[in-house]
Amino acid sequence: MTLTDLANPTRFLALTTRILPWLAGATTVLLAIGLYQSAMAPDDYQQGATVKIMFIHVPNAWLSMFVWGVMSVAALGTLVWRHPLADVAAKAAAPIGAAFTFLALVTGSLWGRPMWGTYWEWDARLTSVLILFLMYLGLIALWRSVEDPSRAARAAAILTLVGAINIPIIKFSVDWWNTLHQPASVFRMGGPTLDKAFLWPLLVMALAFSLLFITLHLAAMRNEILRRRVRSLQMMQASRVAFSSEVGAGSRDGHASNEIGAA
Amino acid sequence: MSALAALIRRDVRIALRVGGGALIGVLFFLTVTVLMPFAVGPDLALLSRLGPAILWLGALLASLLTLDRLFTADHEDGSLDLIVMSRTPLELACAAKALAHWLAAGLPLIIATPALGLLLNLDGAATFAVALTLLAGTPALTFTGMIGAALAVTMHRGGLLLAVLVLPLSIPVLIFGVAASQAAISGPLSFGTPFSILCALSLISFVIGPFAAAASLRHGLD
Repeated sequence: MTLTDLANPTRFLALTTRILPWLAGATTVLLAIGLYQSAMAPDDYQQGATVKIMFIHVPNAWLSMFVWGVMSVAALGTLVWRHPLADVAAKAAAPIGAAFTFLALVTGSLWGRPMWGTYWEWDARLTSVLILFLMYLGLIALWRSVEDPSRAARAAAILTLVGAINIPIIKFSVDWWNTLHQPASVFRMGGPTLDKAFLWPLLVMALAFSLLFITLHLAAMRNEILRRRVRSLQMMQASRVAFSSEVGAGSRDGHASNEIGAA
Repeated sequence: MSALAALIRRDVRIALRVGGGALIGVLFFLTVTVLMPFAVGPDLALLSRLGPAILWLGALLASLLTLDRLFTADHEDGSLDLIVMSRTPLELACAAKALAHWLAAGLPLIIATPALGLLLNLDGAATFAVALTLLAGTPALTFTGMIGAALAVTMHRGGLLLAVLVLPLSIPVLIFGVAASQAAISGPLSFGTPFSILCALSLISFVIGPFAAAASLRHGLD
């Protein structure tokens, strides 16, 4: 089974029908294990119980960037290989990525309240995630502003790739701006020095969230394929109605209602 | 080469002509700058502290306002299709159009900066610093904005969509532009560091902008 085989939407639908229940099951089990481990993790000596927000916050933040990566690969698929499912994948991923980014922002802000004493700090990480969120919303706006999906797909693909180049630049600029304007008074998690008691639940949660993304993404892709089928069926029907009423021109006044009823 | 020169000359002349609308950006820049004291109060010390930021924001918004015109008029009268189909590489044609747009709409903003600096109580050196950073930074705004303009023209949607797409991409330029101006005025940072990065951002946009805009025109127009 290669990627080219999946170019056939019917085959893709058949495959996902088989694997989606397993994926959903695995996600549930891993999430349960991860949440249990997170709940059992010891309190931090400095932050107390609020450190547990990390187990939700960090996977969301990782996925917010990972999803843009997925969309960039899909964008290449649209522009370079013309894979028929690439734009479906890109379109389905955008709202999910925006949701993960939003959750990362909300949990970060809830974590910031007890730590920094404020819901919003113009901290470099929070700020760059906020900009990422704005870019997701812009991308969704672009998807929604055009009716024809294939036309919107190519524009969105270009914007996704431009974003993929620009996001590291923006991240770097915001870091620089932040160190310029703020003395480093913000509490920082020591990334690599994280204790094993925190590291394991975090890794399990990250895996669980990745599986959650794959499950949601495949389900959203199925929905999008079905939505497009419905749309083309509706358009076929509409054109049939228009055609039959044109054929019956001349006696349009009397028969129009009959013909629409017949079609 | 002569085709590109002709394209630049044509675009500049159209933009400066009656109905071209390039100079309305300067008027907008002036109006935004005049509005600012009404929002923050007529405190001259505060205004001179905020001055570079106000001028940069005004220039950013003014260049965004005129971006809409980069492809729309050509799309409406069909000359954009001719440019796309011509033998000149579309990437170069896009770069030429962006350059022409910057000459007609970006350069006047920089020329207007000294007058606006007076309104904001900036001294000569500070005004010069802001004008210099605008000179280095506004090309980046035009060239990244061109991507949004190309996307918007293929979608037949201008205005708000363009702003939503382009503004997040212009954050680095804003950060380093204001930082370089502030560094030149009050320190403590050296002017060179942010200014070099600002120039680098412009150079990057010269590469990315034309390619992305050309790709979007090629895929989007049909």
